[in-house]
Amino acid sequence: MSFAKIPKPDDLIAIRYEPPETPWMDTPVVFRPGTWSYSGTAKSLTALGLPNPRSWQPPDDDWKLPENWKEIILEGMRERLEKYRSFKLFMDVCVRCGACADKCHFYIGSGDPRNMPVLRAELLRSVYRRYFTKSGKLFGRLAGARDLTVDVLKEWFYYFYQCTECRRCSAFCPFGIDQAEITMMGRELLNLVGCNINWVTEPAANCFRTGNHLGIQPGGIKDMLEFMADDIEDRTGVRVDVPINKKGAEILFVTPSGDYFADPGTYTCMGYLMLFHEIGLNYTFSTYASEGGNFGLFSSHEMVKRLNAKIYAEAKRLGVKWILGGECGHMWRVIQQYMDTMNGPADFLEEPVSPLTGTRFENARSTKMVHIVEFTADLIRNGKLKLDPSRNDGIRVTFHDSCNPARAMGLFEEPRYIINHACNHFYEMAEDTIREKTLCCGGGAGLGNDENMEMRMRGGMPRAMAVKQVKEKHGVNRLACICAIDRATLTSLMDYWVPGVTVSGVHELLANALVMTGEKERTTDLRGEPLEGKTVDETL
Amino acid sequence: MNLLTSLIAVLILTLLAAGIAFSATLSFLLTAVLPYAAFTVFIVGFIYRVVQWAKAPVPFRITTTCGQEKSLPWIRTNPLENPSGLWGVIGRMALEIFLFRSLFRNTKMDILQKRPVYGSAKWLWFFGLLFHWSLLIIVLRHLRFFIEPIAPWVNGLSAVDGFFEIGIPTLYLSDAAILTGLSFLFLRRVVVPQVRYISLFTDYFSLLLILGVVSTGLLMRHFFPADLLQVKNLALGWVTFSPVVPKGIGTVFYIHLCFVFVLMAWFPMSKLMHMAGVFLNPTRNLANDNRMRRHLNPWNTPVKVHTYEEYENEFREKMKLAGLPVEKE
Repeated sequence: MSFAKIPKPDDLIAIRYEPPETPWMDTPVVFRPGTWSYSGTAKSLTALGLPNPRSWQPPDDDWKLPENWKEIILEGMRERLEKYRSFKLFMDVCVRCGACADKCHFYIGSGDPRNMPVLRAELLRSVYRRYFTKSGKLFGRLAGARDLTVDVLKEWFYYFYQCTECRRCSAFCPFGIDQAEITMMGRELLNLVGCNINWVTEPAANCFRTGNHLGIQPGGIKDMLEFMADDIEDRTGVRVDVPINKKGAEILFVTPSGDYFADPGTYTCMGYLMLFHEIGLNYTFSTYASEGGNFGLFSSHEMVKRLNAKIYAEAKRLGVKWILGGECGHMWRVIQQYMDTMNGPADFLEEPVSPLTGTRFENARSTKMVHIVEFTADLIRNGKLKLDPSRNDGIRVTFHDSCNPARAMGLFEEPRYIINHACNHFYEMAEDTIREKTLCCGGGAGLGNDENMEMRMRGGMPRAMAVKQVKEKHGVNRLACICAIDRATLTSLMDYWVPGVTVSGVHELLANALVMTGEKERTTDLRGEPLEGKTVDETL
Repeated sequence: MNLLTSLIAVLILTLLAAGIAFSATLSFLLTAVLPYAAFTVFIVGFIYRVVQWAKAPVPFRITTTCGQEKSLPWIRTNPLENPSGLWGVIGRMALEIFLFRSLFRNTKMDILQKRPVYGSAKWLWFFGLLFHWSLLIIVLRHLRFFIEPIAPWVNGLSAVDGFFEIGIPTLYLSDAAILTGLSFLFLRRVVVPQVRYISLFTDYFSLLLILGVVSTGLLMRHFFPADLLQVKNLALGWVTFSPVVPKGIGTVFYIHLCFVFVLMAWFPMSKLMHMAGVFLNPTRNLANDNRMRRHLNPWNTPVKVHTYEEYENEFREKMKLAGLPVEKE
């Protein structure tokens, strides 16, 4: 299928923020090409045992819904209102102050009022009022209530798949209402009648069966990692081990599969391999738990649990002491806020202790999983790594706080600490666009597909423009992040808005600077780009 | 449309209240029956709503973190924006409730030279805080009608509130503040196109109702003085369950009362319940200590998983071929 043509950046930035004449309830949704994602295929739905597998696409008139779709949705809503205080509360307490409106990157990038978090939530609230509150039942529209119709369902689909669950609005809401939570509920409801997107269901189906989103089979994983080891040898002269499914290893390492599949994630993965080799870590990859990411988070809580279960199960089977997790965004939301609750307690593991520094990771004493930037920052702090930051002198780097490590963990200092020790040229973006106020890449939560490209470029525009500013001011040519989805989506985003800026993980930068025992003199960075002429090269 | 409907609703209320003043029976109803009815609806409704929320469990600890987490000992944490323990949570909630911390973060985005720029926008925070605090002070000041002898702190509060002694009777600062705050909130809703677009009837009506209460109160204090002794007798009558219908107390007072009772009855069934809801939100009132302490989900439903055995059964030959260890040869 061919993709819709994206407007030129200069046209895209001409955004109208004036709401339309008609009230939003009376404004029909147009499925404009470039702004929505393909439906989940029957094959993926069947593989996961999800309801209503069929062939359909969002612009179709007939979505082939089950006969009793309305009862299913309303029953699903009732159930979730009873199971989640968050959901019930968020349906009730909003005062529509509008503080969230211009905090959403999709609203900033599209000007579509239904992309204001408050209205995105009202899409669901209006139906909630109609069927679950007395005032809504009695006064209907006057009480902000409306009937659930097929058009409403389509509207939900369009807008709940135009939210990346980044939680920026939640940081600004005076009540802390979290749009991600509402979007998650909306998507769960849509899933009940088989309305989902393939960029979520296919990876989830793959992950369920093969252990990772990309559907890479055991041999493939080994080949890819070995291939990286070859590349590392080529760049550094050091041959690194690639332990896989090794019983009795001390640490199980889990990272998003994007890291061993495609550039520029692979360079980050090479960074992990080099680091672990250099410090002599007794660890192992797993092919069964070969995915840190969890696209279940973008479909339902049940799916989160189904996909996440493998990590603890594999840790138990391999008999490791604790788990180390790679650079990923939503993966860490799951590990931080869901894993232990869903699939714990991990009482068969030990409280994580760094075998090199003896540091006890007390903040992970229950979940027993440590973030690699915490691990590496601790190594640097204790002088366990020899770093030569001048090898990164051709790189002028800025750091993008990925949404989930920022607003679901608060992982701000560790990655900066590593970058500051691995690079000599680090520049922060504008204060309102980093840390807890960080802006989304525009392609998280399953929206990073190519058919949705216009919406991604719109949603990512605020982030891109903040990069553009530091590019112009400081000559920044590298955007570092700790998220595999970012590494993929920010690359397209930079190509569109800020050409000349490349994207990488923090451990790629670290590995560039890492002085390894027995290495040859490095002439290139991990990408094979020459190191000589340590000046800024705009065409990098 | 929603604005118009709410204006009409408030107007009808005013006329109704004014009408009541002319009928003895209705006056009795308003001053002797409705207070209890409104108060009961308020209390029962309020509790009902809170119980409804509290009954729903919190399956996951979904704190929104707005500062550095507690991790390595040498990294400075931000316990108020990202609490890892109870005291931090209490601090965070206190900042949220007393100072509207999150709203203080507010920015305004504008596209300037083809680029979004985030300007500081503390107006909503400022006027919101002004409104809520002055409302609290005014409610507390009104206790002087319900307590005899008047508690010294209530008198003290009134004295401070009227510190500048502008005019006779003294203009209370909280009165001026609430009027300013309310006007801002209302005008903002009407003037800013995006906010107008999202506004429902309830949004306008709640504001207008409170505006009605405030303006009638001000009218009585400064233009059509009500007989304070009568008012106090009435209020004490309510408290002691022996209400007496006051005489010659004035139409404005009746309208004031009418607005207050409607507000009380309206409160629990409207968005005004955010007053209670703000305390219950799991994104704010939970510590970000998920990896330290396991959070329990009361309905942790079992799910279908894909076991290692199933995985190896499918890929055993390929794993062996790749030289990967297997459980069963």
